[in-house]
Amino acid sequence: MTDSIRIVGLNKVFPSPGGGSVHAVKDINLDIGAGKLVTLLGPSGCGKTTLLRMIAGFEEPSSGDLFFGERRMNEEPPNTRDTAMVFQSYAVFPHLNVFENVAFGLRLRHLPKAEIEAKVTRVLEQTGLEGYAKRSPNQLSGGQQQRVALARCIVMEPKVLLFDEPLSNLDAKLREQMRVEIRELQQRLGITSIYVTHDQVEAMSISDEIVIMKSGVVEQLGTPQEIYARPANRFVADFIGKANIVEARIAGKNTIEINGVSIGVPLVPELPAGAEVSAILRPEAIHLSAEGGQFRGIVRRVMFLGNIAEYLVEVDGLGNWLVDISNPAEAGLFQAGSQVFLEPSAGSIHILG
Amino acid sequence: MSGTARSQLRLLARDPVLLVLLTVIALSIAVFVVYPLVKVFMASLHVNDVWTLDGYRELAERRLYRNALVNSLSVAALVGIISVAIGYVAAFVLTRLEVPGKTLLHYITILPIVSPPFVSAVSILFLFGFNGLVTRQLLGLNDFSIYGFHGVVISQVFTFAPIAYLSLRGVLASLSPTLEDAALNIGATRWQTFWKVTFPLSLPGIASAFLVVFIESMADFGNPLVLAGAAFPMLAPQAYLEITGSFNLSRGATLAIVLLIPSMTAFAIQRYYLAKRQYITVTGKPTASTSKIVSNPMKWLLYGIVSFFAVLVTAFYAVIIVGAFTQVWGFNYTPTLAHFRYVFDVGLDSVKDTLIVAIVSTPISGILGMLVAFLVVRRVFPGRTALEFGSILSFAVPGTVVGIGYILAFNAPPIILTGTLAILVLCFVFRYVPVGIQSGIAVLRQIDPSIEEAAQNLGANGLTTFRKVTLPLIAPAFFSGLVYAFVRAMTAISAAIFLVSANWNLMTVQILNQVGSGRLGVSAAFSVVVIVIVLIAIGIISFLINRWTRHTSMVRFQ
Repeated sequence: MTDSIRIVGLNKVFPSPGGGSVHAVKDINLDIGAGKLVTLLGPSGCGKTTLLRMIAGFEEPSSGDLFFGERRMNEEPPNTRDTAMVFQSYAVFPHLNVFENVAFGLRLRHLPKAEIEAKVTRVLEQTGLEGYAKRSPNQLSGGQQQRVALARCIVMEPKVLLFDEPLSNLDAKLREQMRVEIRELQQRLGITSIYVTHDQVEAMSISDEIVIMKSGVVEQLGTPQEIYARPANRFVADFIGKANIVEARIAGKNTIEINGVSIGVPLVPELPAGAEVSAILRPEAIHLSAEGGQFRGIVRRVMFLGNIAEYLVEVDGLGNWLVDISNPAEAGLFQAGSQVFLEPSAGSIHILG
Repeated sequence: MSGTARSQLRLLARDPVLLVLLTVIALSIAVFVVYPLVKVFMASLHVNDVWTLDGYRELAERRLYRNALVNSLSVAALVGIISVAIGYVAAFVLTRLEVPGKTLLHYITILPIVSPPFVSAVSILFLFGFNGLVTRQLLGLNDFSIYGFHGVVISQVFTFAPIAYLSLRGVLASLSPTLEDAALNIGATRWQTFWKVTFPLSLPGIASAFLVVFIESMADFGNPLVLAGAAFPMLAPQAYLEITGSFNLSRGATLAIVLLIPSMTAFAIQRYYLAKRQYITVTGKPTASTSKIVSNPMKWLLYGIVSFFAVLVTAFYAVIIVGAFTQVWGFNYTPTLAHFRYVFDVGLDSVKDTLIVAIVSTPISGILGMLVAFLVVRRVFPGRTALEFGSILSFAVPGTVVGIGYILAFNAPPIILTGTLAILVLCFVFRYVPVGIQSGIAVLRQIDPSIEEAAQNLGANGLTTFRKVTLPLIAPAFFSGLVYAFVRAMTAISAAIFLVSANWNLMTVQILNQVGSGRLGVSAAFSVVVIVIVLIAIGIISFLINRWTRHTSMVRFQ
């Protein structure tokens, strides 16, 4: 059966070669429900991989506790934790063929031959590897190797599945396809999964919940929608998607003022009128027109990306804003240097106190 | 700090098998590598039951010993320089130039590495001795003597230039040729490119190769014993003579310490200074490109030098083979099988003993080497650096020192091993394991650790991971460790000569005895048998390893 995971006050301090120490993971508390897929997302060096490796048992926590269900796992060696990990580099055994790679863990459990055969065959089918059983790993493409790594994990029917940036070595198209497959497989099997990535699109598309980390600390925990719509701070706002962070002032109940322009917004923190706040304006929630809008600006740069056009607009008195316009082929492009008017969609503005 | 050590041990204790193994290995290294050295050192300070420095004072006062030190040092220095020059040219030609017959030349050049210790010395006697083919029969010289400085130098260059070649080959192969291309591209001449780019980049490698040859030359026992002659004392044979001839253990030990100091110094420089200064310009792209910095005439000149060395090697071996089938060299060239009859009749026991010692010590040495490499690279534990150092220390300790150490350490309680098979096996295992360890470490450092983590993650404990994943992945290093251990066990003399007994005798010692009593034909026949066994064994080891890793197409042997 799959397990929930509970992390209580977990810390990891590495001695650094120069003498001092590096505090890689700082006092993290997390509850991961059974069967959920949770992503650890953050820039490199944020401690997400260290946290994952502590869950797998490859690193020992400096302090704090780790529970699978009710069981404390701190002292449990990695080979008896019943986790299964998909590594960034696939870590497929190069000296074993596909079948033997997948059968590796089962053989260590001394299962009967016929059972191993049956399980491996079924998992190879599930992962689209039927017909590759006798291949050697170096005859496989990167995507196929990643499937072998995945098959090798799920055949073990582990309590917890761990993914360490599993798709970062694949090309863009394959990456999208694989993340759909991983998500479907995970939901079908219902195994608690922790997925490390630095790619926010991957995190958004695959997760039940996202944990945003920075410098060893959890910045925010929430569903993809929550995190995108209501980022807890500037870092999260900027890291998840693109954001224009604009200085604003509380003008009254559900009203803010940006550079003298009053805008009604859905949610405003309980602050006195006149308090200075930041308004998060998403680029796709800004309307651009040739005349008539709340703000005026000059187009400084246009990038045509096919599905959208990405504008950099210098807004009078407010600096540069990013604006994304969808279906630009039909809407037509503003040229650099032309004057435009901008109108943020009030319902999408998020206020940070 | 002790807190870290404790937590490291606690982590390791989760894998009890590994912890036990580590303890056993650490203890054995202490007992079979370090303890004998300590015994030698103590014996050198303990003359006639008194603790004293008299041993060293006497050594400094007597001209014989002063000369022995100076002679050994100057031979080692000159042999180092010549060997590195030959090795560099050969490495450059065979890795960077487009010339015919590269593979053949490569194998001929490294052939002396697998040969028994007296091949070159006996060949030289056949060719340039009192009844030598060249000196006596061709040139008609009556008063030419090959014995002394020049004889030892020639013989050692022939023996050790291949080692310099192999090590410099690695250095030159890892230098990206695009650096030379870049220098030429911005207007340097070929000459400038070589002296300002290629040469400086290979300088640490050159120094390192020099020191390795220096260590080997200082430690060499066979060549000096045969070719130095009475008028040219050298340290290693002198220490042996003090013990077997004059039964003066403490004098032998003192000489051994004097022999040890330059070797250890060279080893320390090579390992802790030069190793950090090697320039390896790995780009991930194939670097096999032909050098453009050599003009055509220069290319063929260098090729000529390499070919000449290869011809010499071939000639030396041809002489040994012919000599083994010749009645009496210099007088009667009638073909005969008498020498081989002697080997398989009188000498049969030593053939069997040598094979048993080699067959027992090779797998132990091979697996121990890989295990130590695995522990050192992949596990964290207190004293890891000390373990690595202790396990490769014996590379720098001359065999003579080890041999004296073993008779001092294991001739009396608590551990009595003299005259047994065990003392020979233990000596060979710990003496020749460093090469396996070093190549294991080198290969393992290039293998993604997550492959082993994946095995653990799937339920394998430390030892299972080593057996089922690590060892197959480092098969090339395992192979070279096994081959090296076997070759050395078949060809070792300097330490073994102190440890053989009536029950356990070795072929190399037989060769030495035959040379000593002037029966060069028999010694040549013994050498041929050793070479044949070694070549067969390399074939068998390579076959077994290939079978064992037959799924592996990534792990291939050079």
